[in-house]
Amino acid sequence: MRGVLKLLAKPFTDTVGLARWMLVIGVVITAAFIVCAVFAPWLAPYGFAQSAVDGTRFPKAGAPSGEHWFGTDRLFFDVLSRVIWGARTAIEVVILSILFCVVIGVPLGLVSGYFGGWPDRILVLVMDAIFAFPSFLLAIVFSFLLTGLFGGSVLAVALSLTAIYIPQYFRVVRNTTVSAKEATYVEAARAIGASDGVIMRRYLFGNVVQSVPVLATLNAADAILTLAGLGFLGLGIQSTDAAEWGHDLNRALADAGAGIWWTGLYPGLAIVLLVTGLTLVGEGLNETLNPTLRRRRLLPVVMPARESTTEEAR
Amino acid sequence: MPTKPESVTGNDTVIDVRDLSVHFGLRGSTLARLFGRDAGTVKAVDGVDLALRRGEVVGLVGESGSGKSTLGRALLGLVPITSGNVVFEGRDVGRMGRRELREVRSDIAMVFQDPNAALNPAMTVEVAVGDALRVQGVTSETERRERVVDALERVGLSPVELFLAKYPRDLSGGQKQRVVMARAIINSPTVLVADEPISMLDMSVRAKILQLMLDLKRDLDLSYVYITHDLASAKFFCDRIAIMYLGRIVEIGDTEEIFAHPRHPYTRALLKAIPDPDPARSVPRDLPRGEIPDAASPPLGCAFHPRCPVATATCGWESRDLRSLLEEHWTRRDAETYERERALVGDLDHLDTPATTARIGSGPPDQVRALLERIRAENPDEPLWQGVSEITEDGSGVVVRFHEGEDPDLRPAGGAEVACVLYGDDQG
Ligand SMILES: Nc1ncnc2c1ncn2[C@@H]1O[C@H](COP(=O)(O)OP(=O)(O)O)[C@@H](O)[C@H]1O
Ligand code: SF4
Ligand SMILES: [Mg+2]
Repeated sequence: MRGVLKLLAKPFTDTVGLARWMLVIGVVITAAFIVCAVFAPWLAPYGFAQSAVDGTRFPKAGAPSGEHWFGTDRLFFDVLSRVIWGARTAIEVVILSILFCVVIGVPLGLVSGYFGGWPDRILVLVMDAIFAFPSFLLAIVFSFLLTGLFGGSVLAVALSLTAIYIPQYFRVVRNTTVSAKEATYVEAARAIGASDGVIMRRYLFGNVVQSVPVLATLNAADAILTLAGLGFLGLGIQSTDAAEWGHDLNRALADAGAGIWWTGLYPGLAIVLLVTGLTLVGEGLNETLNPTLRRRRLLPVVMPARESTTEEAR
Repeated sequence: MPTKPESVTGNDTVIDVRDLSVHFGLRGSTLARLFGRDAGTVKAVDGVDLALRRGEVVGLVGESGSGKSTLGRALLGLVPITSGNVVFEGRDVGRMGRRELREVRSDIAMVFQDPNAALNPAMTVEVAVGDALRVQGVTSETERRERVVDALERVGLSPVELFLAKYPRDLSGGQKQRVVMARAIINSPTVLVADEPISMLDMSVRAKILQLMLDLKRDLDLSYVYITHDLASAKFFCDRIAIMYLGRIVEIGDTEEIFAHPRHPYTRALLKAIPDPDPARSVPRDLPRGEIPDAASPPLGCAFHPRCPVATATCGWESRDLRSLLEEHWTRRDAETYERERALVGDLDHLDTPATTARIGSGPPDQVRALLERIRAENPDEPLWQGVSEITEDGSGVVVRFHEGEDPDLRPAGGAEVACVLYGDDQG
């Protein structure tokens, strides 16, 4: 238990100054959205597609008021509720897509890098091709295809996001595996009789997934934007299936001219805040976990000589 | 064929290596492969015979690149065998399936040169050592723990509780090597292959690790293959020593015999390079002249001849030696002379293709010949000249012909076996 706590606290204790602040602020913002997502049914005053309470209709595009803090939109929906429920959709989609990326991309990269040969070369080629393709365009294509298959569901959007992010997981894991498999400890494992499967699971896995958390948080921020972009284009999730910020922004477009600012401002703010929070966490983690960027907290070296200078080694 | 006394391959032989070759295909550049050019092979191990008897310590000694590690790894089936056999307790390691190989790897264990790299950084000591049991099918965690504790005690890591949960980064080099040793002995192997187990350690712990290895040998009935580039530690540790050079064993015999009567010129050179009895100093070596040749295209004849101070006419002299001779000569000339002679001799690159006939010169043949004569006169003792059978003038240069070389096999000589044209009991 204490070990786990220590491990979780490591990114905080290992960083100083800016990196630590980035991490703390990012974690706080992200945590707030996660709380919204988890407790949406209790936090949101109304349902995301609720337009009346006890038979009384909400006002159409009503300005913020005591009943509707963020106002209501043209479809009589409560904006505050939709923003809170939108957090749930966003987090669901991001978690699902990252889960798919990790569950598919990591083992694929590990096996491909470990065995090498022509299957590896083909996979690298395919992944590079996907990676080189403009990702938003790819997301549009995939969500078209997948919405046809699964309907405008969270799953369909999550899968199209998976398709565009998976090459990064594959590449990172595959390349670290290619270098890690030459290590003496891998040959030592073979020398005690370990099979390829054991070597990949117990010797390589733990050493090649270390950059995945950073990748995942940075991708999460990107995924929020892509999701909102898809919604803004009217692709992906429909208003009545779930609350989705991008989609709401799209509908708010028409309101802006009529002086109805609240339908656009709050979903927009939510997107910006969550993306900022996740980016801060990602960059903060990057500072700590990525050894090439890391500047350790160094105790100043006091030189005993006359000048008694203080030096900070890098 | 090298002849071996029958007793060596008798009943008490644990591992019998028979005419073993391990060649690695070199992967050339993509471009070279596109044009179908073969990048060649490295004969890391090239026709080695070696028998390890029960309870014996055999040393494999040689400079870096002589194929010691490859030979050691071949014993566990860790490298693909090109030809020949490694026979362990009557079974051929090269023909084993996965199951059998796994079993063999519990009977033959290996200790690696760099303890800092030989342990998975993500495993604690307990998991790392216990994994040797786990892959061999010991599923009970309590049993593993008991045996790990026992093994760690054996290698002198006590109090054991202090080490179980440690990661390699928390240990010193010597402690790490002890952990590696614990992992190696935990399956009660019969043979331990130790690949330069002390060369990366601090001077202060080297003797302790060697002593530990001796204790383990006594307590656990181990046989050792001890790989080193350092004859001094081999003298302390080994019953028999095999001197390796470019993938071959060039001399093998009992340790006392090797030290009392070194025969092969390479062995003698290595012995001379041992600094002094003080083991705290090992570096200033006076190894034989020249560098270790490229293993991908070894010298013709006896592979040691370019560096051999006593080489004879039939040791395999060839075109590349001529090139080295000229280039070495030019290091002692001023720039102007160099330019002049260089122009006279012309292009040398074609000499890199090994041949016993070498054509050089792009000027008057008599001047080229005169240059060679001058070089010869400077150092008439240079062994290369014995190998030259004739120099004939030809167009705008000369053709230097060398005697056909002989590639000496390992032959009994006195109390040892030596691969050198100068030795062999039949020749006296
Ligand atoms: N996996 C490999 N692939 C290609 N060449 C190799 C490989 N392992 C060793 N070699 C080559 O084989 C030769 C012998 O190497 P090695 O057995 O490591 O020698 P030593 O242990 O005596 O230093 C060297 O020239 C080395 O470059
Ligand atoms: S055969 Fe003997 S004498 Fe000839 S080069 Fe080799 S080591 Fe030297
Ligand atoms: Mg070696």
